[in-house]
Amino acid sequence: MPSELHSSKPPPPATGESAALRVTLIVVALAFFACFLLLPLILVFVEALRAGLSRYVAAIANPDSRAAISLTLLVAAIVVPANTVFGIAAAWAIAKFDFKGKSFLITLIDLPFSVSPVIAGLVYVLLFGARGYFGPWLDAHNIQIIFALPGIVLATTFVTFPFVARELIPLMQEQGSGDEEAALSLGASGFKTFVLVTLPNIKWALLYGVLLCNARAMGEFGAVAVVSGRIRGLTSTMPLHVEILYNEYAYTAAFAMASLLALLALLTLAIKTTLEWRYGDQIAATNGH
Amino acid sequence: MSTGARLVWKRPSVIPGFGLTFGFALTYLGLIVLVPLVGLVLRNTTMGWHQFWVLALDPRTIAALRVSFGSALIAAAINAVFGVVLAWVLVRYRFAGRRVVDAMIDLPFALPTAVAGIALSALYAPRGWVGHLLAPLGIKVAYTPAGIVVALIFIGLPFVVRTVEPVLAELDRDVEEASATLGARRWQTIIQVVLPPLIPAILTGFALALARGIGEYGSVIFVAGNIPFVSEIAPLLIVIRLEEFNYDGATALASIMLAISFGMLLTINLIQSWSRRRFGHAI
Amino acid sequence: MDIRVVNVRKEFDRYPALHGVSLDIRSGELIALLGPSGSGKTTLLRLIAGLERPTEGAIYFGNEDASYKSVQERNVGFVFQQYALFKHRTVAANIAFGLKVRPRDTRPSREEIRKRVTELLDLVQLPGLERRFPAQLSGGQRQRVALARALAIEPRVLLLDEPFGAIDAKVRRELRVWLRELHDKTGHTTVFVTHDQEEAMELADRIVVMSQGRIEQIGTPDQVYDKANSPFVFSFVGEASELPVTVSGGKVWLDDRPIDLSGVADVPDGPARLFLRPHGVDVVCDRAGAIPGVVSSVRRSGGWHHVGLLVGAARHKIEVQLPANGSQSPSGRITVLPRHWRLFPR
Repeated sequence: MPSELHSSKPPPPATGESAALRVTLIVVALAFFACFLLLPLILVFVEALRAGLSRYVAAIANPDSRAAISLTLLVAAIVVPANTVFGIAAAWAIAKFDFKGKSFLITLIDLPFSVSPVIAGLVYVLLFGARGYFGPWLDAHNIQIIFALPGIVLATTFVTFPFVARELIPLMQEQGSGDEEAALSLGASGFKTFVLVTLPNIKWALLYGVLLCNARAMGEFGAVAVVSGRIRGLTSTMPLHVEILYNEYAYTAAFAMASLLALLALLTLAIKTTLEWRYGDQIAATNGH
Repeated sequence: MSTGARLVWKRPSVIPGFGLTFGFALTYLGLIVLVPLVGLVLRNTTMGWHQFWVLALDPRTIAALRVSFGSALIAAAINAVFGVVLAWVLVRYRFAGRRVVDAMIDLPFALPTAVAGIALSALYAPRGWVGHLLAPLGIKVAYTPAGIVVALIFIGLPFVVRTVEPVLAELDRDVEEASATLGARRWQTIIQVVLPPLIPAILTGFALALARGIGEYGSVIFVAGNIPFVSEIAPLLIVIRLEEFNYDGATALASIMLAISFGMLLTINLIQSWSRRRFGHAI
Repeated sequence: MDIRVVNVRKEFDRYPALHGVSLDIRSGELIALLGPSGSGKTTLLRLIAGLERPTEGAIYFGNEDASYKSVQERNVGFVFQQYALFKHRTVAANIAFGLKVRPRDTRPSREEIRKRVTELLDLVQLPGLERRFPAQLSGGQRQRVALARALAIEPRVLLLDEPFGAIDAKVRRELRVWLRELHDKTGHTTVFVTHDQEEAMELADRIVVMSQGRIEQIGTPDQVYDKANSPFVFSFVGEASELPVTVSGGKVWLDDRPIDLSGVADVPDGPARLFLRPHGVDVVCDRAGAIPGVVSSVRRSGGWHHVGLLVGAARHKIEVQLPANGSQSPSGRITVLPRHWRLFPR
């Protein structure tokens, strides 16, 4: 006897949750997400623009802010290329060669991720601070590391050097040395091989790593706070300047500066996501950042 | 360029550049990481064991460690639960805006900690968006230990979600169907068949969030209150000691935190190798 | 337990996977759903299992309409192509799973479960492997554990989805024999899906040949092989060669030569397709009523010559398989007469 289509609600698929449960889970997840992740982000922009656009621009354009911005950009301009060169060198050494101590090297590269940024700053103060090991010597020669640009650069480098290396190492290990060996056998020099063969193979992962390195370099707070002394206009990076303004109750100005950093974060996320969608297989995703 | 013929610990290879790249990498690491760390260790040794223990067992130090570790633990636990729910919803269900939400999970990685800090502080202050909703209920978040937990939830969320998502996505659906054909109801299937392979990933995400939370500074200090013995986190105490030129005190505390970090790293590695043995693969 | 599929239609997001399919499965028989990929055979199996719901139609287990029963309620034993064993549980825990998840009132005691696991492991000839993990077993062993796990719940029907698809060829053949013996011993109604016609012919009591969401023919292996009711069935179930012919006045004509084939009555006049089995062709002397052809290629394989023969004015190529009993390989012109053939209108 043929049966007509049941008019009652169809039961859930054999291996799924009921519609009610699904909706509940989605709502709970999104609520959690909105509450803890989205809300702070939205607040930054709302507070920054609360007093109007002209106040916003004024907050960003005043001399101290501009000094903070240019210092941040300067630090990034030094740190990111240096770490990129390091990342490429380390990845080349690790991926193309077999040697004892390779895993020790890799662990060392992962170190900053397990260390509090404050400790990253601390170790430099212990070396170069007024009461540090080299303190008196530096003083005698009138060299300023702590409370000056070199200290900030060092601390930022410590915190951000793994990013490029960590993106390149697994990818280059996966790619192996076949292409390079082929190029060498055809007579290319080492450098040419690198530029013409290796670089194209790793370009997206390289960009990805540089992006993350840059975001962290410009946004680093804890390590820089320890070494910089927060001298307004001289050794305040953007994140530090945000702190100074906030502690002075200059909320609009603080959030204005913060909004620039938030925009940078969103831009980084957008490019990062695009790279993952388009070139995911050429980036060899790693877990945890 | 020698390819290491004299270095017996490296396998000879036709690829050039080992000396250059390895040397550069090692020098760089040495200068940036090893020398400073050695400085830290030296500081400890000049201090001597006795002095170290006096500083380490100082009540304020212990309190700071307790606050840091305790808040990180609670935050990581909350993230473990909701992170799994988020990962599940993002992997298994389709809904409007799913891809955007997925991309935004990485926000705490990309956003500077100071920005997160002031935003959370403004949000949960008594007159903040959320703070003023909770105030009538007598719940205070900003400037209390609860604020620390909230900040650490923000910081740690991506760790759990990003570690669980790929494992969840890789799960074979036919084991779930097999379980259903054998008579298991959906909740039985979830608990007995779906969850067990996820455990290593959940534990790893939890440990990563915990490790990050213990050392977190920028996003916490604005919302924490920073009252010694109550809501003062260990990294803040290090900074305070440095500003007082109490290098020894700062070093002692930093060394303890480093030891905890290494302990966590070790734990994570152990989870990975346990997972490899039990399930035949790392997380 | 007999199963009746009545006019079942299944659409996935507008894509029609099954078009109004009906089938009666007798209690205790071993029946094969045979067809190429996309034929709907796996969909049909999953509908019987309850892993999918029919868009239209009904499925009866005995006298009960089971169409909207959940998969848990149907009590079917399902064996997946990739085994779907629980990797994190031992062999014993896998087999016991179906018994352990029962609600308290129907759950057997620990002792009984343990006994049953041991019995089943003996039944599938894997004694003593209780404490192993699936990762430590070979493909053939894993599939047998999967079968034991499905049998543990005393299912009303056993459903196997290309059970030997992921297994090495040699082990596959051994498992086929073993499965048939197991079936004869336990007597479960068994439905299995395969795209391998050899497997279906060897194992099944009846074969359901499917194509593009429809059942082409249901019958015993002999019926389906010798009395195929469509060109698709004929060529899918065994090797086939095809010749375009014309039927006129009760006789079959190739170009303008008649061919001596009897029993052509049921095919209407007009163009038709003559299907032959390569090994069902005899070489005869050149005479009227036979098919002359020119040898274009010869391949030796085992005790046979596989001969490519060009036939007719249009030089149609057919494959003919002749015994290589000491004679030279065929060449030049030979004349053949089909012994096993079917005729279909074009």
